[in-house]
Amino acid sequence: MHIELNEEQRLLQETVRRFAEEVVKPRAKEIDESGEFPKDFFHQSGELGLTGVCVPEEYGGAGMDPVSYCLVIEEISRVCGSSGVILSVNNSLVCDPIQAFGNEEQKKEFLTPLATGEKLGCFALTEPGAGSDAAGLITRAVRDGDDYVINGNKVFITNGTDADLALVFATVDPEQKHRGITAFVVPVDTPGYSHGGHEFKLGVNASGTTELAFEDMRVPAAWRLGEEGEGFKIAMSTLDGGRIGIAAQAVGIAQGSYEEAVSYAKEREQFGKAISSFQAIQFYLADMSTEIDAARLLTWKAAWAKVNKKRYSLEAATAKLFSAEMAQRVTNKALQIHGGYGYTKDYNVERYFRDARITEIYEGTSEIHKMIIADWLLKAS
Amino acid sequence: MSTSAVLADHEVTQDSEGELVSLDFELSEDQTMIRDEVRRYAEERIAPGTAERDRDHEFPQEIIQELGELGLLGMMVDEKHGGAGLDPVTYCLAVEELSRICPATAVTMSVSNSVACWPIDHFGNEELKSTVLQELASGECIGGFGLTEPGSGSDAASMRTTAVRDGDHWVLQGEKAWITNAGFARYYVVLAKTDPDAGKRGITAFVVPADAEGFSVGTPEEKLGLRASRTAPIYFEQVRIPASWMLGELGKGLNLALATLDHSRLGIAAQAMGEHRRALELAISYAKEREQFGRPIADFQAIRFQLAEIAVELEAARTLTLYAASLPHGHKDAGRLASEAKVYASEAANRAVWKSLQIHGGNGYCEDYEIARLYRDVRVTTIYEGTSEMQRLVISRHVLNG
Repeated sequence: MHIELNEEQRLLQETVRRFAEEVVKPRAKEIDESGEFPKDFFHQSGELGLTGVCVPEEYGGAGMDPVSYCLVIEEISRVCGSSGVILSVNNSLVCDPIQAFGNEEQKKEFLTPLATGEKLGCFALTEPGAGSDAAGLITRAVRDGDDYVINGNKVFITNGTDADLALVFATVDPEQKHRGITAFVVPVDTPGYSHGGHEFKLGVNASGTTELAFEDMRVPAAWRLGEEGEGFKIAMSTLDGGRIGIAAQAVGIAQGSYEEAVSYAKEREQFGKAISSFQAIQFYLADMSTEIDAARLLTWKAAWAKVNKKRYSLEAATAKLFSAEMAQRVTNKALQIHGGYGYTKDYNVERYFRDARITEIYEGTSEIHKMIIADWLLKAS
Repeated sequence: MSTSAVLADHEVTQDSEGELVSLDFELSEDQTMIRDEVRRYAEERIAPGTAERDRDHEFPQEIIQELGELGLLGMMVDEKHGGAGLDPVTYCLAVEELSRICPATAVTMSVSNSVACWPIDHFGNEELKSTVLQELASGECIGGFGLTEPGSGSDAASMRTTAVRDGDHWVLQGEKAWITNAGFARYYVVLAKTDPDAGKRGITAFVVPADAEGFSVGTPEEKLGLRASRTAPIYFEQVRIPASWMLGELGKGLNLALATLDHSRLGIAAQAMGEHRRALELAISYAKEREQFGRPIADFQAIRFQLAEIAVELEAARTLTLYAASLPHGHKDAGRLASEAKVYASEAANRAVWKSLQIHGGNGYCEDYEIARLYRDVRVTTIYEGTSEMQRLVISRHVLNG
């Protein structure tokens, strides 16, 4: 057992932190309020290699390991939760599956621009009636010669307002349930593809969440990722990786709020002294530090398992569940330490508190993760 | 075997396509081997008598002797002083395995390792190392640690036991409370005031042999749990100790005690991990067997989710504790992490045992079921070797000053 970042990872961490502080942080509050998608930031991230962190260099990526990826998402989320999830979706949910399941042509055509940050990707799985029960999706793909014709609707699609490419999941045969689900990479200028307006959300408000509609959208079979009926497997294994990204996002949001709380507690005076001299506040900070450390280690462990194990669903679910729940508690305490000021828009903890909330919902709710973990426990013993 | 329910243990493949990341969460071969050995020993030799010893408050004398023969009583002491020369991660794994089967045995063993061997190994002179440490580490005998007093718990500096210099000797006078292994230990590391006016800078550590004249052991405590471990007060009535048996420097005893506890709290975190893991195993097997409404209660989400919560917190506690144990001595985060591991692992274990008992329903409230003992045993982990409150104080100091 030896858990220590290497030189390269530390350097990356420093670089991303500087970028986050200088470029991302100054606009975090503004884009949260306006909901404006930070497309320019996305392209700039690409120049640093943050849009395809684990994609091999031959496809335009940075060719780094999954722990490095966690560092990237944590550092960005530490200053802006919206930016964190934008990158996480592009990396984990779009680049990863094309890298893992795409053929050479698809990698050249789709993966490279996504990895370099030239194009932005989104992941279109969820539907109005198919959330946790993803196998119940009803978007149809009907084979027609060398094409498929796709009809249906997707909701809660992160990056959807500004994406250039969508990874779309549709069923070729609803009777077959999950065995009918098939994945397609679809450029958004494909006729029949349309997206809705900006969905104003409680938190991560600048992440371009919207709905998608496919109306007789004709896509060539060459855009199909994997085989017919392989889509559910692609979606689930993709989400395993995505969960590591969201765990890292939760750690970053928590870390950001914790740092604000430490400095506020040292400055804020009540009863003639800094509130950091009161045990009630000290104990909050101690618990925050403890839980953040535990969550970060679990997240790194899941990233480590992604490299070293055939299956890492369990590690990913564990890290995601723990980190997301941790982020609720930590951001809540950070706000509490700020008192009335924390409840106002003048302080960042208010935004962190809102941003943290989604981590327990997307890319598998906490409840789904408990199901995964319990199933494993009961089968393994 | 249900021990496979430890998340960290499931199969690892090395056929990765990507490059290996520099972080390594895997145990080494030696660590795995020793853990497996301790696990086997605990299941075969310790488990059969755990309930009985608990009921009868019977100290596991024979087992402790065998642990000594297995090299588990001086695990981190150098081989030249009779120890096994192992690393703190291996030590934590051994404590975890013992605690999973019998926490009372685990604490007896961890006290001898962490708070008797460790300070002598790190602060003792060559004489103490070649005599006292040699006996302790080789498992010939066990040790104890005398810091706490009736009026001096978390506020260790307020102790009243004194040591007065008299020629080549020190003379100790006073009493210590809640001493684990009292009456069974051959040597005690004892803290006393050598300069009562100097506050926390007037405290010094000594090694006191149990056969010293004026040393005595009081009536054992009736405890809520860990009944097979021995806890009793010890008394010093003009006990004369050779000057060479002073441990560390004059007036530096409190630092020595705190450094010792910094180290030993990982042992308690590991103890909590063992109890936590056992609670999970018991909950899983009970939930699969117990039928209500015509099916095993493991079919119900209310039960399944509790199992998942217990498992996730176990994984967090283990990862935190083993990481803290893996940090090199003197690492800038080591102190904070040790306290984080102790407070998290002990509180998580208490939640886990609580949930496991809840899953057991009325049966869990009866001593016929192992979880009832575990419920009593686990409670102390948030109290001894630094309460949760003291851990939080330590962590917050790191946070605010670091």
